[in-house]
Amino acid sequence: MSDAKSTFLKDAAVNAADGDQRAFIRKALGGYYLNRDLQKARFRDWERARDAASLAKWTAVNDLANQLERFTTNFERNGGVVHWARDAAEARAIILKIAADANAKAIVKSKCMTSEEIHLNDALEKAGYGVVESDLGEFIQQLRGEAPYHFVFPCMHVKREAISELFTKHLGTAPTDSPEELTMIARRHLRQLYVDADIGITGANFLVAETGQISITENEGNARLTAALPRIHIALSGIEKVVNNLDDLAVLLPMLATAGAGQPMTCYNTLYSGPRKKGECDGPEEFHLVLLDNARTQLLADPEQRDALHCIRCGACLNVCPIFKNIGGLAYGTTYQGPIGSVITPHLRGLKQWNHLSGASSLCGACTDACPVRIDLHHHLLHNRRNAAKAAPTWFDRLFHGGFDFVIRRPRLFAFGGKVFRATLPVLQKLPLPYLRAWMKTRDLPKAPAKSFRDQWKESRHG
Amino acid sequence: MADARSDIFARIREALKVKAPKPHFKAEGTTGQPVKVGKPWLPDGGETTDASLAILAEQLAKLKAVLVRVPDEAAAARAVAELAATKRWQKVAYHGDPLVRTVAQALPCAAWEADASFEKQQLEGCDAGLTSCESIVAQLGSILVSSASSGGRALSILPHVHVVVARVDQVVPDLAAALEQVRGRHGDRMPSMLSFITGPSRTGDIERILVLGAHGPKELYLLLVG
Repeated sequence: MSDAKSTFLKDAAVNAADGDQRAFIRKALGGYYLNRDLQKARFRDWERARDAASLAKWTAVNDLANQLERFTTNFERNGGVVHWARDAAEARAIILKIAADANAKAIVKSKCMTSEEIHLNDALEKAGYGVVESDLGEFIQQLRGEAPYHFVFPCMHVKREAISELFTKHLGTAPTDSPEELTMIARRHLRQLYVDADIGITGANFLVAETGQISITENEGNARLTAALPRIHIALSGIEKVVNNLDDLAVLLPMLATAGAGQPMTCYNTLYSGPRKKGECDGPEEFHLVLLDNARTQLLADPEQRDALHCIRCGACLNVCPIFKNIGGLAYGTTYQGPIGSVITPHLRGLKQWNHLSGASSLCGACTDACPVRIDLHHHLLHNRRNAAKAAPTWFDRLFHGGFDFVIRRPRLFAFGGKVFRATLPVLQKLPLPYLRAWMKTRDLPKAPAKSFRDQWKESRHG
Repeated sequence: MADARSDIFARIREALKVKAPKPHFKAEGTTGQPVKVGKPWLPDGGETTDASLAILAEQLAKLKAVLVRVPDEAAAARAVAELAATKRWQKVAYHGDPLVRTVAQALPCAAWEADASFEKQQLEGCDAGLTSCESIVAQLGSILVSSASSGGRALSILPHVHVVVARVDQVVPDLAAALEQVRGRHGDRMPSMLSFITGPSRTGDIERILVLGAHGPKELYLLLVG
C-alpha cells in the first residue's frame, strides 16, 4: 500500500466519523446551493451554455501548441516576459531568480493553486523572503500552517472561534466572533503589506491567445492590489489555461462564477497585458509569466481523459461530491481536492501512488452533472481504475480474476466449486475474512440454496 | 539539453498526434436555425436600452452596489458632494476624465487628480476614488474599468469607497458586447489592465458568510448621467 493511500484511508475514516465537522461543512455549503440555483436560473439555457464553454476549452486544448504560440507572441508584444518550466523545480528556480535579480525582500501573493502545486512558499521562505498570502482564506491557512481545504474555499472548515484565536495569537488582536470584524482585521493587517512589497505573485485563470492577456478572477480585490502596487508582477500558470479568443470569456467568466460560487460574476475579473504602459500612472515595471507543464502534457497525451485539462477550477464538483463532504478536503492529501483532483492527481503525480483516489467516489455522477465544461469526471475515475489494474494489478486482483478465469472455463470444476461453496457458506460467515469484514459488519451473507441453478434446471427438464 | 520551451512544445505536439473526439454539441445554433443575438443561452442583458437599464438596476441592487440616476452633470456633482458630506470624506482622489473632473470640482473636501504618478501611501489614505469607466454590463451588473479610463490600476481598488461616474449610453447589454467594444476601441493597444468590477469587494471565506470590503472598496456607487 502506498504511503499516500494509507494516510488517506486513515484520515478519511477519522473525518467521516466526525459528525460535527460534517454538519458544519454541509451548513457552509447550504447558501452555495441556493445561490447557484438562483444564478443558473438566470441563464436562458444552462445546458447550451455548458456546451459552449466545453467547446471553447476543447478547441483551445486540442490546438494547444498553436494557441500557446499565438498567446506568447502577443503577450511578449505587450511587454511581458514569458518563462517556461518543465516541472515544479524549474518554476521555483525561475521565480527565485527573478526575486534575486530584483533584490526583493517582501513578496505578497494572491491565491494561486499552481503555486501550491509547486510548493512555492516553502522555497521562497527558505531563500529568506517574507511571503504573505493575501486572499483571506489563504492568509488564514498560511497562519495555521495547513494546506487549503478546498481549492476555491481554502478555510471553509475552520470555525470563527478558531480564526479569532489564530488572529489573537499571531496579530495580537482582541477576540471576536464576528466574521465581519475578523475580515476587517485581515484587511487592516494586509494593506501596508501591499504597499511595501517588491513583488506581487498571482495565478491566472485564462490566457487569451488572441490578445496576449491573462485573466484573473477573484472576489476580494487582493489580486488587483497585488498586481497594482508592487514593482514586479509575476504570474504563474499551467499551460492548459489558454482560450483562443477574448469572446470566449463572455461565456466562461459568468459560468465560472455561477458554478463555482453561485454568483452572476466574480467580483473582479481582470485582464492584464504587460507592465505599466507609457502614459499610465501606476502598475508594475516588470511583468513575468511562468508557464508550467509539470506533467500536464502527460494528461494531454491521453485522448480519453484529455478533457480533464478543460477544468477551469471552479470547484463545483467538490461542492456536490458526497465523498468530499464526508471526508473533507485535507484527507485527499493533494493540491486539487475532490473529483477533479482524484482524476488528475494520478496523472500529475503517478498512478501507482494515487490510484486509491479513483475509489474515493460513489460514482453517483454528481460531479459530472455539475461541471460547467462537461468533464466526464466519474467515468475518468473508472478509466483510472482500469488503467491501474492493467498497469500493475494487485495480488488480490490477479488471484481473484485469474482464479475466476480458470474456473469459469471448466464447467465441472465450476459445479464442484459451487457445491463446496454452498456447503461451507455457514462456516465462511464466521471466518475473519479481511476483504469481507467491513461489508459483513452490517450485513449477513444470504443463505445458500440447497440446490444449484444447474441442478434445478436439469430437474425441471427431466422431471 | 534542449531548452524548456522547445521541450514543452515537442511534448505538446507529440501528445496531440492522437486526436480526441470533438464533443458533438449544438452550441452554435438551435437545431439548425440561425442565431439572431450572440449567445442567447446566457443570462439576459435586455434587447432595448430600457430593458437593459432595468436589468442593470436589479443586478446592482442584488450586488449591494448603489445606483444613482441623475439627469445631468450638475446633478451628478451635487449628488457626489452630498455623499462626501454625509460620509465626512476628508480626501478624495479622482481620474482626470472631463466628466469626473466636473463632478470632483464640486466636492466639499480635499480632492486631487491621481493621473500623474503618486505615492501609494497617499492614495491609501484617501476616503474615496472617483473614476469613469469603459462600459457597464447590464446582464451581470459589471462595471468595466481600465488603466486608461480609470486612472491606472490602484485608484479603483485601493480607496475604501469607489465612485464611478458614467453616462447612460455607456451601458451595454452583455459581456460579449463589452468585450467587442473594448476590442474595437483599443485593438492591438489594450490598456495594461481591464477589470470587470461586479459589486463591492467581498469574501465568504469565514464560514461562507458574506462580508463586504475584503480588500477592495467596501462601497461601490455608480452615478449614471442622462
